[in-house]
Amino acid sequence: MSSTSPVRHARRALIWLCVLTVGLLGILIAGVSSGQAQTTPKLALDLEGGTQMILAPRVDGNESINDEQLQQAVEIIRQRVDGSGVSEAEISTQSGRNVVVSLPGTPDAQTRELIQASANMEFRPVIMAGSYGATPEAERLADEELPEPSGEPENASDTNWITPELYREFEAFDCEAALQERSIEAADPEQPTITCDPEMMVKYIVGPVEVDGDRIADANYGPARNSQGFQTGGWAVQLSFDSTGASEFREVTSRLVTLQGAQNQFAIMLDGLVVSAPTANAVIPDGNAEITGNFTEESAQQLAEQLKYGALPISFDIQSEQQISATLGANQLQMGLIAGVIGLVLVAVYSLFQYRTLGLVTLASLVVAGILTYLALVLLGWSANYRLSLAGIAGIVVAIGLTADSFIVYFERIRDELRDGRNLVSAVETGWLRARRTIIASKAVNLLASVVLYVMAVGNVRGFAFTLGLTAIADLIVVFLFTHPVLQLLARTKFFASGHKLSGLDPSLLGVQPLYQGAGRVRGLGSAAARGSDGSSSRAAGDAGGRLTIAERRRAAAAESAKEDDHA
Amino acid sequence: MRKVAQWGNDLYTGKRSYAFVDKRMLWFAIAGVLLIASILVPVVKGGFNLGIDFRGGSEFTVSSVADPDVSIGEEAVLGVVDAEGLRVTELTGDSVRVQTDRMSDDETLAVAEALSEAYSVTSEEVTSTYIGPTWGEDVSRQALIGLVVFVVLVAVLMAIYFRTWKMSLAAIIGLMVVVVVTAGIYAVTGFEVTPSAIIGFLTILSYALYDTVVVFDKIRENTADFEEQRERTFGEQVNLAINQTLVRSINTSVVAILPIGSILFIGAFLLGAGTLRDLALALFVGVIVGTLATLYIQAPLYAHLRAKDPKILSHTAEVMSQRESRLA
Repeated sequence: MSSTSPVRHARRALIWLCVLTVGLLGILIAGVSSGQAQTTPKLALDLEGGTQMILAPRVDGNESINDEQLQQAVEIIRQRVDGSGVSEAEISTQSGRNVVVSLPGTPDAQTRELIQASANMEFRPVIMAGSYGATPEAERLADEELPEPSGEPENASDTNWITPELYREFEAFDCEAALQERSIEAADPEQPTITCDPEMMVKYIVGPVEVDGDRIADANYGPARNSQGFQTGGWAVQLSFDSTGASEFREVTSRLVTLQGAQNQFAIMLDGLVVSAPTANAVIPDGNAEITGNFTEESAQQLAEQLKYGALPISFDIQSEQQISATLGANQLQMGLIAGVIGLVLVAVYSLFQYRTLGLVTLASLVVAGILTYLALVLLGWSANYRLSLAGIAGIVVAIGLTADSFIVYFERIRDELRDGRNLVSAVETGWLRARRTIIASKAVNLLASVVLYVMAVGNVRGFAFTLGLTAIADLIVVFLFTHPVLQLLARTKFFASGHKLSGLDPSLLGVQPLYQGAGRVRGLGSAAARGSDGSSSRAAGDAGGRLTIAERRRAAAAESAKEDDHA
Repeated sequence: MRKVAQWGNDLYTGKRSYAFVDKRMLWFAIAGVLLIASILVPVVKGGFNLGIDFRGGSEFTVSSVADPDVSIGEEAVLGVVDAEGLRVTELTGDSVRVQTDRMSDDETLAVAEALSEAYSVTSEEVTSTYIGPTWGEDVSRQALIGLVVFVVLVAVLMAIYFRTWKMSLAAIIGLMVVVVVTAGIYAVTGFEVTPSAIIGFLTILSYALYDTVVVFDKIRENTADFEEQRERTFGEQVNLAINQTLVRSINTSVVAILPIGSILFIGAFLLGAGTLRDLALALFVGVIVGTLATLYIQAPLYAHLRAKDPKILSHTAEVMSQRESRLA
């Protein structure tokens, strides 16, 4: 039974590999049939075409931006991009400092500005409210009825801000169209402006800015309570101002409570649009205001977050911007794949040349590694939205060489063991014991490098580190569950065991023969040949025998006996 | 094949041997000269050929053009804006690259349009890239942090795995030689240094150490119980290990170089400058330097670092005396 144990081990390993592959495939098929996954990896913008911008927050001097702020910044940018009608935009942070925005297509100058601009939150008093759309021509005021300012406006709520021109503009203003064209922008803070509240479907004329958004210290939301402290079932948003903001807000509210109608409202505006226009019910002396209304939990949360962004006046600098046309991307993808195929073919040819039939094992192993990597990429694309970039493809191509290297390490080990006079079956086993350790150690270095690269790298080269690490793992799986078991099985075939000339393990080529012609492998410790000063074959043979150190012989014997124990 | 295998056998048995360890002082001297040159050349030449990522600016690539005449592009750009630092280069047979100093968004759009008209291609074929002047510095800083983190982690990993800090030290010193010499090659040849190239450098570290780990593993095996034999000195044992892994080292490098070479070929000749070419070029140079460094610097350096160990000194003396008595 002594020879069947490795066979059993080999079969078990191959079965595990099948289970793993079929399992991954099963998950993928389930994903595809439920319509959630696709059969190809998702492609990054450089292959699919589109625009990638890397934005760095503009901060003063030594100030830095913390994680939460960065997340909020991402949220703001996401809202802006979504609001501008760009679909499938991806916005993420990078290295805890930068924001990466990836958009399909080419953004116009306006979208670009929108993305870069700082969140602009301001509080303006409402002077006049009107219907959402443009007032029909017939209903517009006649020229002589237009409001005429009676003097300089006394405060931000003063109707004297409304000039005949502003009124005409207000009548003609169509919020729907303006939103479509994204023509609403933050206006001059010293002047009144026309704005829209898309939520309430109202348009307003609002006065100059009275409180700046960065005066907001904090904002939260929670269940609304009445004056007795009982929950009313609605939701409320609480906001608090810093000391300057509190006194400014006290002034505003004390004026607004005395006013009637729309003038009782103040508009909270973010990037030129009204996010909420609550009425002032009381004077807020301490800067802690509560906004109630028809909030759902969701809308209360949204407003609270928007108010918080107001405290976050970050604007961004574009650090790099790349526009890749879809044709160029497709071209790059094709070239990347061609590079991969050429690389694979060259490696295969070289392996076949060096290792003959064993080269086929290399090729088969590479194919298995390729299948595993492909499945992983597709599944990661589905589950983690991983997108394959050109650099990622470069990583995979480079990995062909690194993966093939583990086989070379193993094959050379087997050859070494054969040179020591072992038969193939035991050479495959002892060679494995030693190669395994080397492979694990060297792959650990590879993985470590990929992780460090991935964590540290900026830019799209991250994809390179990712695939490099992924393929290192695939390589380990393949060496353990495919290459080694296959060799265990092949070692028992006549073709390999007899050392066929094409097997790559031909003993006569590996100098095994002369060893036997000598007086046995633990014989004569000729020393001069060790330094290569002598070319005679008998010396060489003697030296080959002497090459085994005592320790090595001991270890080999231990390995042999351990194997015997295994079989017992 | 027969020759290669025979050569491999001779290396394995020690019949044929290259004096990696014995002549180490020569290799170290060569490495020293290369190191000094690699540091001096950039100083004398006034630095590296830094890519646009370090200078900041705008870059346009026009692909699928029928007539890649550089002057067409120059005229088109100057016709729209007074572009400073304008550089128009023909990349491959059918694409043109235009680089300028930083431009505003409006200018960028205008130039892209002008280029597509001038070369009579659709606007789809014009790719524009804008890079802020601090981007390259950002990448380099991150790369430097990555380098330090990686070196520290890997030094610890190797020291634990090989259970001797001297191997770790030899590996890291050799690694520094690889990095500096590769940088030197970039300086001498004037290859463009881009963020991709810098990431390529970092990958070289991984490859160079990977290669070193494989060779060191054999060295460790050969020298594990070196005192139990009187056949070879410690240094000879190390040298034998290097020779025994020589075939593997060569095969590995060839196999690593082949795919990198194919990326380089595709990247440089079919796609022109870009991520692929920059990465592959750094890797191509680095793999070759890394393999040589393992053979000529890292492994001999380890033997050198251990040469003064009392145990090794006495063992070497014993081997030598036995050898002499046998010859006598």
